[in-house]
Amino acid sequence: MPNNDATGSYLTAYARALGISMHAIDDGAPVLTVGFSPVVEGRPGAFHGGATSGLLETAGYAALRARLEAEGRWPQLKPINITVQFLSAGKNKPTFASARITRLGRRIANVSVEAWQDDRGRPIATAVMNILMAERPG
Amino acid sequence: MSAPLPPFDPQQAAQFFFNHGHSGWLGLRYASHGADWVELELPWREDLLGEEDRHMLASGPIISLLDMASGMSIWTARKVFTPIATLDLRVDYQRPARERSAVLGRVECYRFTRSAAFVRGIAHDGDAGDPVATMAGVFMTIARDPRLAQQ
Repeated sequence: MPNNDATGSYLTAYARALGISMHAIDDGAPVLTVGFSPVVEGRPGAFHGGATSGLLETAGYAALRARLEAEGRWPQLKPINITVQFLSAGKNKPTFASARITRLGRRIANVSVEAWQDDRGRPIATAVMNILMAERPG
Repeated sequence: MSAPLPPFDPQQAAQFFFNHGHSGWLGLRYASHGADWVELELPWREDLLGEEDRHMLASGPIISLLDMASGMSIWTARKVFTPIATLDLRVDYQRPARERSAVLGRVECYRFTRSAAFVRGIAHDGDAGDPVATMAGVFMTIARDPRLAQQ
């Protein structure tokens, strides 16, 4: 299990600015959370779809980083695409997100992400991401 | 009797939309619009980097930019502001945005029905012919404000 320093490094400057933090590690996969604040607000009292997407994407990268680290790999991660499904409005309460690596190849990872609020069984948004893993020069 | 409302004006609406909340935090700005499209600008922000060791914008703000431009293109095409919700949004990233460069999101609402609106667009950093990302999305109209429905 990664220590706190390592889990902190899964969060980009963008993610920290959005207010995303590590909530827990569940079965090796980081669970991220973001509280409700003006920074993530779209319609009054509801999450902006872009903020929810940012959380989903961050959770996708965090899960992939954790998995790669466990395998001793540290490639650059480059986004190829993301498809987000918005299932219900994100209300003014904390939101959580966690991802599953559907397939980890040598160059491409396919990642499924879910975001929820009160009940993990009722996600408010899901995403599928393809991520390119580029070996670092040198 | 009140006069009919003037058609939705994205430039005017931007003053309200972008002075608070997530869009305000990102610093989104109105750039231009046509009959069924809107272009918004996401200024460069040093604190929105996607990777520590690479000086490039995170992809999250690009989704927010395109999501917001999508909504505004729908209201512009419909000529009226109605509550909508994003159903599905897909973004394909072609290349990183240039460092210290603002990113523009241009989205057109190419078709709408009573309940759905279909949008497509690009994000670019100056040359619309060389996009940073392309996107496609579907939005649904919300019959009633969900906050009122809870009461």
